[in-house]
Amino acid sequence: MTEGIATALSIRNLDKEYTRGKPVLRAITLAIGATGITAIIGPSGTGKSTLIRCINRLVEPTSGEIVFQGQDLVKLDRRALRLARRQIGMVFQEYNLVERLTVMENLLCGRLGYVAPLKAWLRKYPQGDIDRAFSLLDTVGLAGFANQRADSLSGGQRQRVGIARAIMQEPKLLLADEPTSSLDPKTSVEIMELIGRVCRDSGRGNAIPVIINMHDVELAKRFADRIIGMSDGRIVYDGAPAGLTDAMLKTVYGGEAWLQ
Amino acid sequence: MNPAASLPAEPRTWRRFTPAQRAARFSVYFVIVAAIVASARTVEVIPEFLYDAPEQMQDLFRRMWPIAFYHYAGGVHEALVDTLHIASLGTILAVVMAVPIGLLAANNVTPNKVVNYFAKLLLVSSRSVNSLVWALLFVAVFGPGALAGTLAIAFRSIGFVGKLLGEALEESNAGPIEALKAAGAPWSSILAKGYWPQVEPSFWSVVLFRWDINVRESAVLGLVGAGGIGMALDTAMNLFQWDRVAMVLFSIFCVVVVAEIVVTQIRKRVI
Repeated sequence: MTEGIATALSIRNLDKEYTRGKPVLRAITLAIGATGITAIIGPSGTGKSTLIRCINRLVEPTSGEIVFQGQDLVKLDRRALRLARRQIGMVFQEYNLVERLTVMENLLCGRLGYVAPLKAWLRKYPQGDIDRAFSLLDTVGLAGFANQRADSLSGGQRQRVGIARAIMQEPKLLLADEPTSSLDPKTSVEIMELIGRVCRDSGRGNAIPVIINMHDVELAKRFADRIIGMSDGRIVYDGAPAGLTDAMLKTVYGGEAWLQ
Repeated sequence: MNPAASLPAEPRTWRRFTPAQRAARFSVYFVIVAAIVASARTVEVIPEFLYDAPEQMQDLFRRMWPIAFYHYAGGVHEALVDTLHIASLGTILAVVMAVPIGLLAANNVTPNKVVNYFAKLLLVSSRSVNSLVWALLFVAVFGPGALAGTLAIAFRSIGFVGKLLGEALEESNAGPIEALKAAGAPWSSILAKGYWPQVEPSFWSVVLFRWDINVRESAVLGLVGAGGIGMALDTAMNLFQWDRVAMVLFSIFCVVVVAEIVVTQIRKRVI
């Protein structure tokens, strides 16, 4: 293997077509290191969301390889995929909390891959999970919110719950699909800081890599260690935030009037 | 300056519907009117009966008054309790059978068109048969009595509860489901923690509403011998004891009002 041990995720020649003959992703090849934030930027409809959803196969890839922890996720059967998904946390633009459940139960939803269905139904979660949920609530600044229903929270608070739920999985990789796009600028920065914090220390002293879709270029430059620019289903930029010049942004987004 | 604005204003027309849509809308109205005309012609109203209807009504009400309250303890109470039992047991039985069918009917829970159609077929066949017809069938099988009534109520309700539960499931937000899937939750946990919390209020609303309907329906089932208060009604009518008929009707009315109040109160609390 040429990638060496520092590669957490390696994508090779990933293609995705929703309808035959109309590729959304074209031969994406990408290696993600063992730590750090990777931001994917690009215009709407360019396949950012599809790419991130192909990784945990919420969207089925058409062809290609996605190697994570020594196995090709694309080839896994349903059960193996479910077990692999437990290792991959995900944060969503619309938070995707179960609105009528409490904050605590939403956090414990992150453990559903590990807890037996009957025990989950009866709300008999392991004490260790509950302790961890309480300490994560402290981490994300929602101490005392455990028994509030998710639908009573503000957007920023909901996203904090979403992040805490993903971290409850003790993931080895965190995916975030436009986590700040429904939030105001101040809250967006706070959420990005929180994501940075939890990925540097996901609770057990180990750092995990994060892949984030973003449409806010400035926010991406500020928080990401590496930026991937996508255009028309292809990677057109891959490098440090500093290298993302105006000329490069023109390649990614097209046009230039917006750059002033 | 915008070049388009400097051009001579050519009138731009706007129509909400295309000619084909307009024709379709017109034909719908036409069919409705034609149906009303046709049915008015088919229904033969016998004028003699129509003219003295007010008198007959007066006569009926006079015979019904005063209501035979004394009849309650002896002839109505037990039948009324029977009716409530038929309605409640029938509803519970229906829910037990409707939940799995509802799950199979919802395309997002069971992504298999063939299974969906099959489940929907079961639900439609349950609904296409009226409770009274179900009751006649079950009276023929199990003989007259509360068992036939209970099964009639249950089988008619499967379609109602299953259909509405299936629709509630299909309308549930896909986001949380996606999140639980991404967390590696097994199917049964996704059902319990993703779908159930979302459909819980409509589930209880549907079940309570169906119970409320069943209380009313089971009051009629006795007319075909399926037990309950309908039998008391039938007897009183056959003997022309209109004051007792009034008593039966009044007690049904009271039960329906109480059921309505109870259902509304419970529904408020489950949402």
